[in-house]
Amino acid sequence: MEWGLLLQLLVNGLIVGALYGVVAMSFVLIYKASQVVNFAQGEFLLVGAWACWWLITYLQLPFWLAFPMCLAFMTLFGIMLQVVVLRPLIGEPVISVIMATVGLSIFFQALMKWMFGVFAQPFPPIFTTDRVSLLGLEVQSVYLLSLGLSACIMLGFWWFFTYSKHGLAMRATAFDQQVAQSLGVSVPRVFAMSWAISAVVSAVAGVVVGVVSGVSSGLSFYGIKVFPAVILGGLDSIVGAMLGGIIVGVMENMAQYVDSQWLNWGNMINIAPFYALVLILLIKPYGLFGTKNIERV
Amino acid sequence: MNPCGDFRTSYAADMTIFPTRNSRLALFAGLLVLCCAPLVFGRYELSLLIQIGFLGIAALGLNILVGFTGQISIGHAAFFGFGAFSSAGFAGMGVPVALAIPLAGLVTAVVGLFFGLPAARLKGLYLAIATLAAQFILEDFFARARWFSGGVAGRVTENFTLFGFRFDREETYFYVVLAWVIIMFVMAANLMRSRDGRALIAVRDHYLSAEVMGINLAYYRTLSFGIASFYAGIGGALYAHYILFVSVEAFNILFSIQFLAMVIIGGLGSVMGSLMGAAFMVLMPEMVQSAAQALQGGAIDRALNLGNSLNFLREMAIGAAIILFLIFEPDGLARRWRLIKAYWKLYPYSH
Repeated sequence: MEWGLLLQLLVNGLIVGALYGVVAMSFVLIYKASQVVNFAQGEFLLVGAWACWWLITYLQLPFWLAFPMCLAFMTLFGIMLQVVVLRPLIGEPVISVIMATVGLSIFFQALMKWMFGVFAQPFPPIFTTDRVSLLGLEVQSVYLLSLGLSACIMLGFWWFFTYSKHGLAMRATAFDQQVAQSLGVSVPRVFAMSWAISAVVSAVAGVVVGVVSGVSSGLSFYGIKVFPAVILGGLDSIVGAMLGGIIVGVMENMAQYVDSQWLNWGNMINIAPFYALVLILLIKPYGLFGTKNIERV
Repeated sequence: MNPCGDFRTSYAADMTIFPTRNSRLALFAGLLVLCCAPLVFGRYELSLLIQIGFLGIAALGLNILVGFTGQISIGHAAFFGFGAFSSAGFAGMGVPVALAIPLAGLVTAVVGLFFGLPAARLKGLYLAIATLAAQFILEDFFARARWFSGGVAGRVTENFTLFGFRFDREETYFYVVLAWVIIMFVMAANLMRSRDGRALIAVRDHYLSAEVMGINLAYYRTLSFGIASFYAGIGGALYAHYILFVSVEAFNILFSIQFLAMVIIGGLGSVMGSLMGAAFMVLMPEMVQSAAQALQGGAIDRALNLGNSLNFLREMAIGAAIILFLIFEPDGLARRWRLIKAYWKLYPYSH
């Protein structure tokens, strides 16, 4: 047993898990508000990270200016996707909507490869100190920032859904669209807003990952890793998504540890969440906090 | 879509595949023309036809699952790959290739039944996510199990031989694929007219009503997975003995999405639509390529760097085709084809 490695992997798991949690929350946000399973969530990270990278390297903007501009772009991007692609599909069967987001996913993945190439591009350095030592562990300062950002986003979500007018409108829409509409909530606007928020929050996660390990098409894999997290937490629970993300992050790093110590199979860090996913679906399909769907005839 | 005055007086007349004698003759004439294809076409066109054939078989399997039973699978390429590897494996063990192909289909069906077990309990998006997991787990298995797939290096296999005759060129292998296409499509068309086929459609249309009518939901959902995997396995086996080299990288998630695209573009719940969708998916990249070549050297080519990014353009075209078909023609090419037929049936007096 190597306790140092175990501890390091645990911390890594927590940090990556927090990022999964953030992406999972933005996934759940779309699902709750508009009942769309978004297979293109990873592409939000990808597009956001590339947009920010482009603003910094090509237009030579400082980070504090490029980052908000990137988020503004992602707001427009999210709204545009919802209006152009998803709005015509309202009322279509689940399969069609899932397929549309799958189509979006490969479209934007290929578009990004076409525009920016297939190789990972590093972000220009943003922080002066690369690593800080925390309780005897070497932690990249970007990771610390990402942990802080994730916590801020989670708190922001909590405030938004508990106190703000738009957040309450969104919850009302999620609960019952017709009742919400009759109470004066503009359902199309809520849908568009949920996509915009989701795109922005995912882009933040994308930029953080991009700063740490460079921007590449590998970012879109986060969108697939989100599924174990949201299924574990329950598809329509924001708290569950957060917890699920952290659990999946820790679990895959633990699988990595077990693998490196005893099994030597390789690739466990990517596959273990999917084994867990199948198990959860077989045992408890509605996850830890999801509402059980009771169908009445 | 039947014109007025088309009265059917028996169940047999209602269930028939060919409503008129001419439609039957047209089909046989079409098949005859196809049989002459190797005399007319070059190797390139024949290779396209062969691809349409084995992809069409696998797409038909997915259509039975998605279009007829209403389940969704994002892991079809993994089963296609499983069929390819197991057929290559059987051939490697000395089983004649002609026998290895159906055996591979059966083995894949068993694997599909196993992965379909969650389908007995899950539906809709939960099932979509479960099959996504199956895709990654199987892909990982292929990369790891060297005894089965040759690992990362891939696996070489042999030609299709029957009674000492080697089907090792496009001109001859075409007939093997054509025979399998006919067998599999006739089987599917007849399956849909049987008791089991009607049960599958009932599960798709309203699964609660189906259950109330005494249809065993778990049984039919799992069965549909098994049938879909059988078709995928046959398609994969035909692919393996055409390419003669099977490697893990081919069976990624993008390939699975391509199968879904074929089914959607061809038309959900249409047997012939699967073939049309496969043809569309095979021909579209070729068209993208020739369009890029036509623009070669021009200002657009220099500005957009078309020549080096053909792969990305193809992927984008696939994604765009899925979205555009879903928005503008959700019933796919099969419906377009019916509309064209109906137009010409009454031409020039369309009212």
